Amino acid sequence: MSTTSDPLAEKIAPARETTEGRVYTVTGGDWGDVLGDRDPISSERLVINMGPQHPSTHGVLRLVLELEGETVTQARTVIGYLHTGIEKNTEYRNWTQGVTFVTRADYLANLLTETGYCLAVEKLLGIEVPQRATTIRVLMMELQRIASHLVWLATVGLEIGALTMMTMGFRDREHILDVFEMITGLRMNMAYVRPGGLSQDLPPGAVEKVRELVPYLRRRIDEYEQLLTGQPIWQMRLQNVAYLDVTGCIALGVTGPVLRSAGLPWDLRKVEPYCGYETYDFDVVTARSADAWGRYTVRVQEMRESLRIVEQAVDRLTPGPVMVEDKKIAWPAQLALGADGLGNSLDHVKNIMGQSMESLIHHFKLVTEGFRVPVGQVYVPIESARGELGFHVVSDGGTRPYRVHMRDPSFVNLQAVGALCEGGLIADAIASVASLDPVMGGVDR
Amino acid sequence: MTGTDRGMFGVSGSGDTSGYGGLVRKQVAPGSTERPYGGYFDDVADALEAAYPQFNDAVLRVVVDRGELTISVRKEHIADVCRTMRDDPALRFELCSSVSGVDYVDNVAGADKVGGAERLHVAYHLTSMTYRRRIRLEVSTSVEEPHVPSVTAVYPGADWQERETYDMFGVVFTGHPALTRILMPDDWDGFPQRKDYPLGGVPVEYKGAEILPPDERRAYR
Repeated sequence: MSTTSDPLAEKIAPARETTEGRVYTVTGGDWGDVLGDRDPISSERLVINMGPQHPSTHGVLRLVLELEGETVTQARTVIGYLHTGIEKNTEYRNWTQGVTFVTRADYLANLLTETGYCLAVEKLLGIEVPQRATTIRVLMMELQRIASHLVWLATVGLEIGALTMMTMGFRDREHILDVFEMITGLRMNMAYVRPGGLSQDLPPGAVEKVRELVPYLRRRIDEYEQLLTGQPIWQMRLQNVAYLDVTGCIALGVTGPVLRSAGLPWDLRKVEPYCGYETYDFDVVTARSADAWGRYTVRVQEMRESLRIVEQAVDRLTPGPVMVEDKKIAWPAQLALGADGLGNSLDHVKNIMGQSMESLIHHFKLVTEGFRVPVGQVYVPIESARGELGFHVVSDGGTRPYRVHMRDPSFVNLQAVGALCEGGLIADAIASVASLDPVMGGVDR
Repeated sequence: MTGTDRGMFGVSGSGDTSGYGGLVRKQVAPGSTERPYGGYFDDVADALEAAYPQFNDAVLRVVVDRGELTISVRKEHIADVCRTMRDDPALRFELCSSVSGVDYVDNVAGADKVGGAERLHVAYHLTSMTYRRRIRLEVSTSVEEPHVPSVTAVYPGADWQERETYDMFGVVFTGHPALTRILMPDDWDGFPQRKDYPLGGVPVEYKGAEILPPDERRAYR
């Protein structure tokens, strides 16, 4: 990229020749300019670099905090450390393969991301997925929301010193991931939801396992509240910290539990239902305190509401296909559990390799070439665990997306860091960032 | 407005395995929609026309497709139109959900040159929480003169999203308080999401065969 003749490069990464070749010493970049010529000993003004490798910044988030004593006067957010070009990559794979990319963005809400993308592709195609597929999607999305909120609860516990909550949160999330593993074959990044439906139906025993899980989690959520809600330290660390009212939220584009903690019952599952959410009985949880405490109560209560939806979804499951009948869209390779894990169904392989040449041709064409999606653009928003997750998907009529843009809630919400932290204490900056629940995979994509 | 695919599989770069290259397939993007648009779209268009005096000059065309309303706006007007969209009591689009870019290169369906539309498009997805409505505003700008007025004064939440669009497409938002790269490193060269920017990658050897990087593989269109 930069050559040594570049004065800036010379300053931030001076080079010297050694017997091993040229060695660059990378320094703090423009850090000297940020600091100015203040003397940190005599001046109260202090600039602290927090992250990108810091246990309390929720992944590779970097904060540049300017302090006056212990008070944060300016909080600047630096992101991009986890940028992997997911949006660009999808333009070079077919529509079905796009799922495997987008699921890796928000790595705590895989199934929500997958479903959002697939809903967008299905809207472009103008197809309806079978009822059973939609119900399973809802079931999985709500379990995913609980898993995501559990990680939030666990990491906030870790960050503000309630270590027991960390161990409990991750332990119980693991039970949900066990269910995911049983159903999809993977704990994370499952690529389970596909344009047109699902990659496979629920395996035997999955419904029973979900039914066992629901009362277990309900009991556990009660336990978290017994552990935390009355705890004076937990209260003092969260109450009246990171205040952001409805006006602030909407101006900054902040959605999800943060907006609901300010009192506005804006939940896309209710206000713009998708996947049949209007037929489920659940409440939108709000708080009125507009602070980190409100976000805690909203998220905990939301887990209970998600459990209600899971129960209803399980009751509603009726036998049926989980993929559209249109063979031009439905992925042909059925999956089956073998001795070495989940893979192509041997029956399917036997059929295409030994019995039906037409099936082989069909399989080959759809897998290598994919299906074509009519020209146009759509924007599909869904309620992710962190807020509005929108997919702006453009097709030029080809077998690959022309453009996929993810409006990730973490990315937009993170703009509020300045508003939340400035004027508060540095210790509260940790709780403030944590209360937004940013997932850097989604932020940087 | 239309794109054209040639050959059986739209393969380019390597040989057409079908042996038949004569197929020509036209891809037609949805064109302008005539009134009535249906649903709340007419109300939105009427309200904007009433509230924004230069409506006829500002709006290039209106497209209703797949239940979504897209209003193409001349780029000079975008900040003012957004302000009207937010403040007018009959519109009340309080939330700017998303700002994103699309690079419509020549001969791609959607690369609409109607009304002097250019290559780089910016799509603004606005949400009215009051009326529970969503619309899309779209502007276009050229690569040579990629300036678009910033909407950050109207929607502070568009700040990072405009920075991302600048970072990825090189659209310069005039009036943005600090338009710098956000996802890519500050000294990065080029705008990665443009269509003429390669994906990059190295060939990988697998069981003796060389697998090309994704952007050099055979593509089926």
